[in-house]
Amino acid sequence: MENKKKLVIGVIGADVHAVGIQILDHAFSDAGFDVTNLGVMVSQEEYIAAATEIDADGIMVSSLYGHGELDCRGLREKCNEAGLEDILLYVGGNIVVGKQPFNEVEARFKKMGFNRVFGPGTPPEETIQCLKEDLGC
Amino acid sequence: MKQVLLIDFGSTYTKVTAADLETREILGTAASYTTVETDINEGLEKALAKLFDKTGEIDFDARFACSSAAGGLKMISCGLVPELTAEAAKQASLGAGAKVMKVYSYQLTEGDREEIEALKPDIFLLTGGTDGGNKNNIIANAKMLAASKGDFPILLAGNRNAADECRRILEEAGKKVIVTENVMPRFNELNIGPAQSKIREIFLERIISAKGLSEASQLISGIMMPTPAAVLTAMELLSKGTESQSGWGDLIGVDVGGATTDVYSMSYGEPNGVNTVIKGLPEPYAKRTVEGDIGMRYSAQGIADAAGIPVIARLAGLSVEMTEKLLKQISEKTDTLPETEELAALDFALASQAVKIGMTRHAGTIEKVYTPIGETYLQEGKDLRNAEKVIITGGSLIHAERVKEIGANALYDVTQMQSLKPVKAEIIVDEKYILSAMGLLAQHAPDVALDIMKKELVTHGIAE
Ligand code: B12
Repeated sequence: MENKKKLVIGVIGADVHAVGIQILDHAFSDAGFDVTNLGVMVSQEEYIAAATEIDADGIMVSSLYGHGELDCRGLREKCNEAGLEDILLYVGGNIVVGKQPFNEVEARFKKMGFNRVFGPGTPPEETIQCLKEDLGC
Repeated sequence: MKQVLLIDFGSTYTKVTAADLETREILGTAASYTTVETDINEGLEKALAKLFDKTGEIDFDARFACSSAAGGLKMISCGLVPELTAEAAKQASLGAGAKVMKVYSYQLTEGDREEIEALKPDIFLLTGGTDGGNKNNIIANAKMLAASKGDFPILLAGNRNAADECRRILEEAGKKVIVTENVMPRFNELNIGPAQSKIREIFLERIISAKGLSEASQLISGIMMPTPAAVLTAMELLSKGTESQSGWGDLIGVDVGGATTDVYSMSYGEPNGVNTVIKGLPEPYAKRTVEGDIGMRYSAQGIADAAGIPVIARLAGLSVEMTEKLLKQISEKTDTLPETEELAALDFALASQAVKIGMTRHAGTIEKVYTPIGETYLQEGKDLRNAEKVIITGGSLIHAERVKEIGANALYDVTQMQSLKPVKAEIIVDEKYILSAMGLLAQHAPDVALDIMKKELVTHGIAE
């Protein structure tokens, strides 16, 4: 509650892969972030509602089952609509179907308004480093 | 303490119940019109005289009262996100027995401020943000309230890190401010107990005297609380039991009034099935919802709007024209009694639909979602399918004919499978209208209150 940076995390859409998000919860908490973990099957509206109440600095979207591209569409616009214009958006996991060149995938998600995009198997340390840079902490 | 008097100053009737704590019996009950405009004691004394006609003079050792007279406890609650802190604030107010006139979310506008001034709440509950979370919204709302006219107290139960600033803004504007714990300290963590006990305190200190109820206080030894809070207390006791006596477990209560319909559930309402993911705010064990558009007289039209005139007409066995005509009549003359066969039939139809609509809005819902590995369920609100008792209370139903049939409308319905209502339940009727009295008694002699309820509530059989 002291001046910790606040993150909302969760697995988007109809995705039930529950393990990775637990690991991220621990890793981010241990690294000094205040984490609100929404668990699995999280809708865009739920991320936004939680981020609004806790005044989050970032939303970390996880997607593993391959439908990430559909599920994530419009999230940035909805954040803007809800007054969360400055919020940091990350996405990671197995965000698209099958094996596609990562730079193309990254470009598509960045165009959707995500600040950073992480490929399969990214270790949490790498993400934490990026968060520290982006949030200045 | 042997013989106690329990008083319920209702909006229309003042009801008195005499109980003997040693024999654990109701000695008698009586009612007379509430006289809050003149002197509240008049109605009380008339009711007492009627009581003594039946029981003989009683020298009471204690007198406890609850009240919903003079409009009840009128509250406005305000939060940030509608499904989160605004919902938590609403639940806190309803559970404390308040009549919630309005719920606001996000930032209050000038128009809202004018509306608040016109509504003249008894208490304004201001929340928003988790602890350490959003501050801007609640501070903006405190500023808007600071600029409002009206001397209602403001209960602050939002982000603790914004509380000092909100208090300062409001106090500088001459507002009475009470600060308590956040209704949602962390995301999705409901913490409404502290706000509810403050609401109770404010009700005792300020509201009772402001509403001319304090003149009755020389007669009354014990605390007063809003009547719905007393009913909630009674149902919770009946459900959970005491240390020495078991309760009835999960149960539902329905009170169909002239203007509103209150539904209570005592249950955690956790998912029954596997593969179910819960969404939304956690539910309080003792939950109360109020439908302001559903009632037998002032809100009869509301029932017809929600259910459809053809449904009401069919249930009543009347023509659509006749139904419309009678509806108009009872909405205008709200003290109409069901004296003709047609009016009784209409009341049956209205009551059945009121129970159904009130219960459907109260119960949780389940939705099937198809994922790549098959079906999963998303549950919102309480799963009440396993609740085995439905208690019917409130003046308009307890003496109704075919009350079991009316009560059965609270049950699970195959045409509405997504609505998690009880599958099979005993319909139990509060025929002597003692629930609020037992809620008052529960504060002092819970075992006696529980015993009396188990004895006095009348079963009308199991419905499914
Ligand atoms: C276990 C598992 C399941 C279990 C899940 C049980 C549960 N409740 O958790 C079950 C059997 C239910 C399942 C179902 C499905 N699965 Co599956 N599942 C897996 C499996 C084997 C392991 C997942 C896991 O737990 N990994 C361990 C955790 C620690 O790693 P992680 O989840 O990847 O998370 C880490 C990183 O990715 C990263 N990360 C994750 N999110 C984010 C977000 C951000 C912002 C950042 C920075 C980092 C980050 O950090 C995490 C911690 O280090 C993977 C294959 C694999 N080896 O990865 C397939 C896999 C994810 N599943 C897959 C599929 C297709 C499915 C199904 C659609 C169908 C199926 N084949 O059964 C369904 C979908 C169900 C649904 N509605 O979600 C595919 C996805 C393919 C794709 N995206 O193109 C995979 C990759 C298997 C494959 N190679 O085909 N699955």
